[in-house]
Amino acid sequence: MISRIKQIRTRWLPFALILAIGLTVISGCAETGTTPPPSGSELSGTIKINGSNTVTPLTAVWAEEFMKAHPKVNIAVSGPGSGAGIAALINGTTDICQTSREIKAKEIEQAKSHGVDPFEIPVALDALSVVVHPSNPVSELTFTQLSAIYTNRVSNWSEVGGSDVPIVALARDTSSGTHVYFKENVVQMKGLPTEDKSLEYGTRVLLLPSTEEGVIEVAKNARAIFYPGLGYLSEAVKPLAVSRTADEPAVLPSVATALDGSYPIARPLLFYTDGEPVGVVKAFIDYALSAAGQEKVIEMGYVPLE
Amino acid sequence: MSAGSDSCRAVMGTVTMAVSIPERGMKRRFRLREKSIESFIFLNGMLAIVVLLGVLVLLLREGLPVFWHTPPWEFLTGTRWYPVSDPPTFGILPFFVSTLWITLVATAIAVPVGVGCAAYLAEVASSKLRETVKPIVELLAGIPSVVMGFIGLMLLSPLVQSAFNLDTGLSGLTAGIMLSMMSLPIIVSVSEDALRAVPEEFRQASYALGATRWQTIRHVCLPGALSGITAAVMLGVGRAVGETMTVLMVAGGALAVPWAPTEPMMPMTAAIASGIGNAVRGGFQYQALFAIGLILFVMTLAVNLIADRVLERQKRKFAG
Repeated sequence: MISRIKQIRTRWLPFALILAIGLTVISGCAETGTTPPPSGSELSGTIKINGSNTVTPLTAVWAEEFMKAHPKVNIAVSGPGSGAGIAALINGTTDICQTSREIKAKEIEQAKSHGVDPFEIPVALDALSVVVHPSNPVSELTFTQLSAIYTNRVSNWSEVGGSDVPIVALARDTSSGTHVYFKENVVQMKGLPTEDKSLEYGTRVLLLPSTEEGVIEVAKNARAIFYPGLGYLSEAVKPLAVSRTADEPAVLPSVATALDGSYPIARPLLFYTDGEPVGVVKAFIDYALSAAGQEKVIEMGYVPLE
Repeated sequence: MSAGSDSCRAVMGTVTMAVSIPERGMKRRFRLREKSIESFIFLNGMLAIVVLLGVLVLLLREGLPVFWHTPPWEFLTGTRWYPVSDPPTFGILPFFVSTLWITLVATAIAVPVGVGCAAYLAEVASSKLRETVKPIVELLAGIPSVVMGFIGLMLLSPLVQSAFNLDTGLSGLTAGIMLSMMSLPIIVSVSEDALRAVPEEFRQASYALGATRWQTIRHVCLPGALSGITAAVMLGVGRAVGETMTVLMVAGGALAVPWAPTEPMMPMTAAIASGIGNAVRGGFQYQALFAIGLILFVMTLAVNLIADRVLERQKRKFAG
């Protein structure tokens, strides 16, 4: 029996070793292969993009198109969250950090102390849509109501005009820019007379590791509420009209309402680089900001800059 | 004829010579090889210790400084975890309680089912059936935890929600059920070996006294293999405590201290996984996450040590 345990343990050892060696090799390669300058007219090199889960689908499409046009360029996009992206920029493990919120003063300070100089480039806009299950009778909410829901002061749908069932408030986890943006602008009601900077997410709010998971949960749970980006909207969930105060008309999220400024939870999506971008990174960002790149923004359900 | 036998003798002579002369050299080479293999194995053994110590030192170095910010007592009993707020607060009681709940649920399901399955395989099933079923059970251990997370998210959580009439299926209970399936293979495999290690004479004696098969299993085999089964349970518990991806996906991630396993919750492993990407090296959150890692390390180490001690006892029991 002892030998059986040893067998189990040793059986996995070679795999673990291979994995460890593989990872070391990969990470080694990734570090050495970072953005060599473009040689002549042909662009080549590797770009690592890390950050917001919200921006990831858009960046992924840009990366795909850009790699099609420049086959020697290799772009890796990952989206654990804005905070994670900024941490990666500060730790020097990414070329471009994509975020759905502005970098905080404290983070700039940390970056400076690590010898990194964050350079901000707005690339698109996003309307943060508040969604519920299609069977939910509620169709609009104010910032005050949303704040009450996300601080657990309101815990039943009947208190905001729905049926008598408990509210399950879903949010992104702390590494998400959406988590921070929503907290500062909606939960704490930034710019409203009722603004309260001491408000935090309630402890019964579910913090989810990805936006997809929240949308999946809302699609099958009639009590749930969540706030994905506009790009994540589908038939399976119902977006709510949102207003800052009860006096203002509630507005549904869309490209048009985000562009004309009438939708209250629209925010810029940003790229950050260490200093002004150069070489292949600059070429990629130029593409994203070009007419062709901004066309992809609309296609993916986000809001273009102009 | 004689020439033939002569040449034959000559050949045999050279053969013996060929054997006898390099034999000393071979012996020396053999001893050298033996020595080098021995030292290689010794180095491997040492490597494990070095790695373990390295992990411990890293956790201590990165994790302990957080206690200058939040005293250990507040860190352990605090119920508020707001790492990205200004100023941040670090209280890990919700994570700690969540880990206990989920481990409890996983153990409560996996132990009876696992030990029952092991007893069936070792004592009742035909050897052919055993040889088929056991590898399949062990194959369960090979399913990646992210796949288990998906199954929990898409299939199990709606079932749990409707069965218990919960607000959401993302709960500690769902996570515990998924984890029980993940620790089942270890428990079945190790318990079955423990049961089969019970000497055949014990069973024969029991049958000779007129005991039925159930009585034999219940009063002879299970008690005889108890320490092995305990070790199996401990290994299963260790797996449940340390599992990350599955609980991150299905446990719900609420920060309240859960009073029941049916509430959404965030265990320690999930808290580390969801926060570490966002943590700047050397920042308070980074240190706090490493401190959670340190506590987790101590917990799993304790579980493994207990398992080891129990196994040692089992070994001695059947040695004589």
